Amino acid sequence: MVAFNLPANSRIGQGKTFKAPAGAKNVREFKIYRWNPDDGKNPQMDTYEIDLDACGPMVLDALIKIKNEVDPTLTFRRSCREGICGSCAMNIDGGNTLACLKPIEEVGGAVRINPLPHMPVVKDLVPDLSQVYAQLRSIEPWLQADSPAPPDGERLQSKEERAKLDGLWECILCFCCSTACPSYWWNGDRYLGPAVLLQAYRWIADSRDERTGERLDALEDPFKLYRCHTIMNCTDTCPKGLNPAKAIGSIKQLILERQV
Amino acid sequence: MRDVRDALMVARNTDGKLVRRPLSPHIQVYRWPISMALSIAHRISGVGLGVGTLLLTWWLVAAATSDAAFATVQSFMGSAIGILLLFGWSAALIFHLFSGIRHLVWDAGYGFDAPDYNTSGWAVVIATVVVTVVVWAVGLMAW
Repeated sequence: MVAFNLPANSRIGQGKTFKAPAGAKNVREFKIYRWNPDDGKNPQMDTYEIDLDACGPMVLDALIKIKNEVDPTLTFRRSCREGICGSCAMNIDGGNTLACLKPIEEVGGAVRINPLPHMPVVKDLVPDLSQVYAQLRSIEPWLQADSPAPPDGERLQSKEERAKLDGLWECILCFCCSTACPSYWWNGDRYLGPAVLLQAYRWIADSRDERTGERLDALEDPFKLYRCHTIMNCTDTCPKGLNPAKAIGSIKQLILERQV
Repeated sequence: MRDVRDALMVARNTDGKLVRRPLSPHIQVYRWPISMALSIAHRISGVGLGVGTLLLTWWLVAAATSDAAFATVQSFMGSAIGILLLFGWSAALIFHLFSGIRHLVWDAGYGFDAPDYNTSGWAVVIATVVVTVVVWAVGLMAW
């Protein structure tokens, strides 16, 4: 369902300001979305003034600095700090990306940080990913084949077959793309979203998988697949430089090809 | 939200009490890439064309009815409001045409890579402006 306005309990109020230490020269404001399930209040934007001369270069460095030195209640997910775990996906300066890969210098003015868009908030910058994980499970993202594997080794692929998986296997499931997609915002209950569809195509394109027909059958649905209207926000926002829109286009083409 | 996702909006706080989770901001905070703007513009122009077709129908029905009815429509179309409506309709038609071609190219499997989709987006905008201006320049000269 399309709802442009936020529900009453989700409207964002003005929050607290944490001043920079005296004498700081290179100060930048970080405006960060806060919501605490325990205080019974609406979400609010807190402002943290950070001295960039005493901070690492990435947005994640600033978040960790805030948590360590300014406000230990700030809650966010992070782990690898090098763009491979996908934990620190969030909306920074209006675009979804990984905080660990986003240089503070790329943002002009105050750095506005929100959770991944149109998601239930667990606390602060932590969204509830149950829905996307359930959808990922529904496309059965594992190799399925009736023919037994060779007894003496792996299932082999030619170099060309293997090359078809490039640009697909690199997905780290951060869900920046799905939560950037207006179709997923409005119809995420039934539309699978770009991240899950890219994963679906990763198995459709795999020469070792023998369930291609069944996988396409499962996707041939007005909502699961065809709510993609090529808005391109997914490809535009992917922090790994992948192309979910192209993968979805490839699924649509395969479904069309088998009908003619 | 009024769908199954509503179930995910309920959580328990530290005391075990049920609380309603907020929905994170979406269109309020998202920075619009060109393709996102063109996508919604494609839909809006499509709806506009549907409504605008009523004008065309009115014109054709009037032409088939009587000289007087046709003259009424002609004078409306020539009025300031009529010209504004016709301008909007023609701009929507031309935009929807070029944007539709862009969608056909995507459907054929091309133009998904960056920066192609940005280039094609701006090409649609420029083509729409140029062709609309040319159509109206020619139209007003012939009038």
